[in-house]
Parts: sequence; structure tokens; C-alpha cells
Amino acid sequence: MPSAPHDFRELRLEAISREFGQRHALRGVTLSVARGEFVALLGPSGCGKSTALNCIAGLLQLSGGAIWLDNTRIDELGPEERGFGMVFQNYALFPHMTVRRNVGFGLTTQRRSKAEITRRVDEALGVVRLEQHTDKLPGQLSGGQQQRVAIARAIVVEPPLMLMDEPLSNLDAKLRLEMRAEIRRIHAMLGCSTIYVTHDQEEALSLADRILVLIEGQMRQLGTPAELYSQPATPDVAEFMGYRNLLESTATPADCGVMVSVAGARLRGTPQGTKAAEGRVVVAIRPEDLVPVPDGPIAATVEIAEYHGRDFYAVLRGDDGATLYCRSPVRLSAGESLRLDARPDRVLVFTP
Amino acid sequence: MSIALRGTNTTISVRRRLKERGLDGVTLLVLPGVIFVLALFVYPFLYGLFLSFKPLKGGTLANYVTFFSQPFLYDTIWTTLVIAVPVTILNVVLSIPVALRVRRMKWQRLLTTILVIPITLGTVLIADGLLTYLGPAGWLNRILLGLGLTNSPVRLIHNYWGVMLSLVISGFPFTFLLTLSYVTGIDPSLENAGAMLGARARTRFARILLPLLLPGLTITLALSFVQAFSVFPSAILLGEPSGSTRVISIAAYTAAFEQFDYSMASAIAMIMAAVQILIVVALLAMRGVFFRGPVSTGKG
Repeated sequence: MPSAPHDFRELRLEAISREFGQRHALRGVTLSVARGEFVALLGPSGCGKSTALNCIAGLLQLSGGAIWLDNTRIDELGPEERGFGMVFQNYALFPHMTVRRNVGFGLTTQRRSKAEITRRVDEALGVVRLEQHTDKLPGQLSGGQQQRVAIARAIVVEPPLMLMDEPLSNLDAKLRLEMRAEIRRIHAMLGCSTIYVTHDQEEALSLADRILVLIEGQMRQLGTPAELYSQPATPDVAEFMGYRNLLESTATPADCGVMVSVAGARLRGTPQGTKAAEGRVVVAIRPEDLVPVPDGPIAATVEIAEYHGRDFYAVLRGDDGATLYCRSPVRLSAGESLRLDARPDRVLVFTP
Repeated sequence: MSIALRGTNTTISVRRRLKERGLDGVTLLVLPGVIFVLALFVYPFLYGLFLSFKPLKGGTLANYVTFFSQPFLYDTIWTTLVIAVPVTILNVVLSIPVALRVRRMKWQRLLTTILVIPITLGTVLIADGLLTYLGPAGWLNRILLGLGLTNSPVRLIHNYWGVMLSLVISGFPFTFLLTLSYVTGIDPSLENAGAMLGARARTRFARILLPLLLPGLTITLALSFVQAFSVFPSAILLGEPSGSTRVISIAAYTAAFEQFDYSMASAIAMIMAAVQILIVVALLAMRGVFFRGPVSTGKG
């Protein structure tokens, strides 16, 4: 039986693509994942991130490109020959098997001895802290517990690579935070290379060593969470990373950075990328970087103000009619007029 | 004051309590259906049951005594089972791989339509076709003789095999449709999860799909069996109605319309029903052993 090498130094995706009929779900994605690394595939729904994960898993065939595990080409192997672990969005627990048999499934297919299966299943259930529920059926568990079983089932076979497909998206907000910490703890404990698909930038930022942003099936940016957060490469990545204020503008060169017009005012900004920022540009500013100050250059009126506990979130209308979003620690109320400013290094200027 | 309050409470709650149990104006729409079932099923059944205890001659149980003392009569149970049981098992076993394959096909609807056409044809048309194609001068035998694969025509009609074939052709689509609905109800991610854990197709079928399908398959078995057990037209047209395919419905028919002994015919019909119920109950009891929870997964 051909199989993927168990110990590896890196997984390489070489320009992998996948078409569904006429639709290009994935176009030329290249990525290498080092042993022990945690990489997040981030993008809006329909961007091809799950397609990419299924291609790596072997559940989908590639339309083009190749997948390598060191020097072995694995894209021709079936999912059962690759030996990767996978956690599905809906958990995909076998409903007719107890927790113990679910978790032991991968070891049973490897024809391990009964004693070994019992020992390793107990270990895995210990890792996810589910020792008391071994004889229950999945239907008798809560969503968070089912998620833990799914993780235990994947880690028990000690896969060289772990694939996770939006594992937290079916959980409520509180449980999601808990499970996120749990996933980080398990990753730190087992050191298993992980590819994690999500549409939630916060999840990606908090979990991953590196993030690959996919939009419309194409790679937009690959980098560390800090790089993506502070230096998004394109306006659509910026939008995804929480730059809510995306405004079309014109730029003129200045002695330090560029000057751009935002909502009728002139702001100093920082050009992104290598192209010189001049003429038509897109300006990106996070709501929390657009702060109300008494003598700020931008004049705006509050349209909607939401109380968010620690701060206020407001939708504003600029003097030229542009919609602006801002976060403010001081109370804002609808109808109020105020002035805003942003630090030049937090005003990102993209040249299309 | 408390009395007045309680009074208003009860007037509201009777209606609401009924409604909560699913009884309201809309429930009345069930009535025509109930009347239909009573008039066309329950009444004739009870009528037949009473009739069977009023034989033309002899005591109350005379018909039943006659049936179980004459091999010519009681053998029909065995004859029918010998046809119905293999046909049912064959249909169900065949429908599983076909349903599993069709589930993933692009042209699922077209394929399903083609497979279902035999249901609309009816047994008589199928019998007519088989008589022509499989007869001694039909194309099958001509091809076999022409190729020298056989020296004399293969006998496939007017015997056990003719009835069997016709029941497979007319029963398969029905079995297939039922099986397909159970198969498509199983979340494909379960199979994917099995594959990711190293299980090959055969293991995935045996350990994931089959256990989840079993409850549905027993229902399919029960319904297909009842259909096959009540075989009548094809047993006469394609079989050997006085010999190897003298099924129980033929015995009932002979009693009623050749000997004009309606009481005996009713008794045979009751015995037929009893055998069917016995087997269906046994199958459903078996079903209790299997997992019967949801075949989907998680809260997704």
C-alpha cells in the first residue's frame, strides 16, 4: 500500500488549482508548511479555502498543480493513503458509535491491538478532557463535547498533518473562545503541523503562525498575523482584516508619505506596496484608528451610535457624504457633529 | 376573584391544550382518509375474517383445518416463500450498490427516471415483454443458439425463473427508490471522515454506511417482501400456475372463482395476511436491535 511519509519536513502546494465545471474554485495556490507550523487559510465564504483543504486531504482531485510531502508527490493518493487527520465543520462523528469507538476508529483500521487502542484512546480523550464520556453516543453530547471528540479522533492516530475545516463555526460565542484556547493548547502540546480554514480573522490571528488570505480562489497575501494586521497587501485583504473605512480618493506626493483626501479633508497617509501613490488610490483606515479629536481635519456627523460596553461604535456621514466608521472610548450620540483624525502610519494608501 | 380567574383559564386552555396535542380545525381533514381506510380496508378485512369462520360445511374452523391438512393447499405457503424471499433479498441487495453509485451521479434524475419506468408499466406489460423476449423463439434463445452456447432453448418462462425475473423487474425500482432515499439521508462527510481515518471503501461501507442503513433496509425488506408475497398476475402469465409457481394467491383465486367457496377463499386470504404480518413483525423486531438515531451528524 502506497502511503505518505509519516515524518516530514515540509508540505508543499505547487500552484494547485481546482475547477468545478466552468468555475475556478482555486487558482494556482502555492504554499509550503513546515513541520509543526500552524497555517490558517483565511477568506470570505466561497473563496476556495475549503476546496483547498479538501484537495490537501485528498477528498477532492486537483485540476492542476501538485502536492509534495518532502520528495513524495501525494496528490495522486487517496485520502485513506495520506494519513492526515481532519476535523470537519459538522464534526462528522459516527452517530452509531460510542465516543470510545469513534476515537478508536482510526486505530482499528490500522489493525492495532486491543490493548494499544484502549490505551491510546484514553490518552487522546485525556488530552481533550473527555474521560467521563467514553460510553456515550455523539447525540448525547453537547456541541463543544462533540467538537472535542472530533479532535480526539483526529489526533489519536498521530497524523503528520492536521486539517481543520472551520471547526468552531457551529459553536456559540463563549464556547468558541474556549475551544480556540483548547486548540492552541493541543497544538502546543502535540506540535502537529496544522492547516486551519476559517473566515474569522480573529481566529486566524490568534491561532496561526502564518495566514494565507484567499479571495476568489486566488492567493492575496501570505504572512504572519502581525504583517497582515498592520500591512495588508491589497484593499480586499485590508477589508478582511478589519479596515472598515475603504474610501476611493486621490493622492498627491508629500515630503513624508502622501497626502490623500478623505471625506473632504486632507490627511497624511502611508503608501503600501512598491508603486508610487499618486492619482486615484484607495485609502484604508480601521474604525479604532479614526479617533474623535477636537481639532481633527475631518468633519462628520454621527448617524448611528452603538454602545459596545468598553467603547462606542459609530457610523458617521462625512461632509462630502462619505460613510465613515469609528470606534470611540467617549460617548457618542446620533446627530452629534464632531471632528476626526488618524495617525499617518494608520492611514494605508493603496494604488490599484 | 380566584374562582373567576380559574374559570377564564379553563375556557382558554381546553382549546389550547387540544391544539398543543395537534388537534384543531385542520385535524378534521384527516376524516376523509380515515373513512376511506375504514370502508376499503378495515371493513372488507373484518368481513373476510368473519366469512372465513362460516364455512360451507363443517365447524367454525373447518376452512383452516382443510387448508392445513391438504398438502395441495398448505404447500402454497412454501411455494410463495420460495419465490418471494429470494426475490426480496435479491432486490434489496442489488439496490444498495446501485443507490450508492447513483447518489454521486450528475444525471441522477434521468437515471432514477429510467430505473423507475418499470413501476409505471405494470406487471402485465412486463410479462408480455418477457414472454416475447425470453420465449423458446425469443431473441435471447436465438442469440444463445446462434452463438452455439446452448443446444436447446433455455427455458426461462412458464416456470419459477419467469416469475422470479418478472418480480425482480417490477420490484427493483420500488426497492431502489426506498434504498436511495435512505442512502442519500446519510451525511457524505461521515464517509469522508472514515476515509481520512484510513478506512478503504469496503471498510467504510461495512462499518459506517451499512450500520446506518440497516434500519431503513429492514423497512425496505418488509415492504418489498409484502409486494412479492402477494404475486399473482406474473405467477399465472410467466409461471407454472398449476405446479412450481402455484402461489397462495392462486389458491385463494381458485377457491373463490372456480369453486365459488368465498368462505374458503377468505380463510386463505387470512392465512396469507398472517404469514406476511409474521414476517414483517419479525423484521421490525430485528430493527429494534440496530442503531436508530439520526444518520446526520452534530448540530450542523
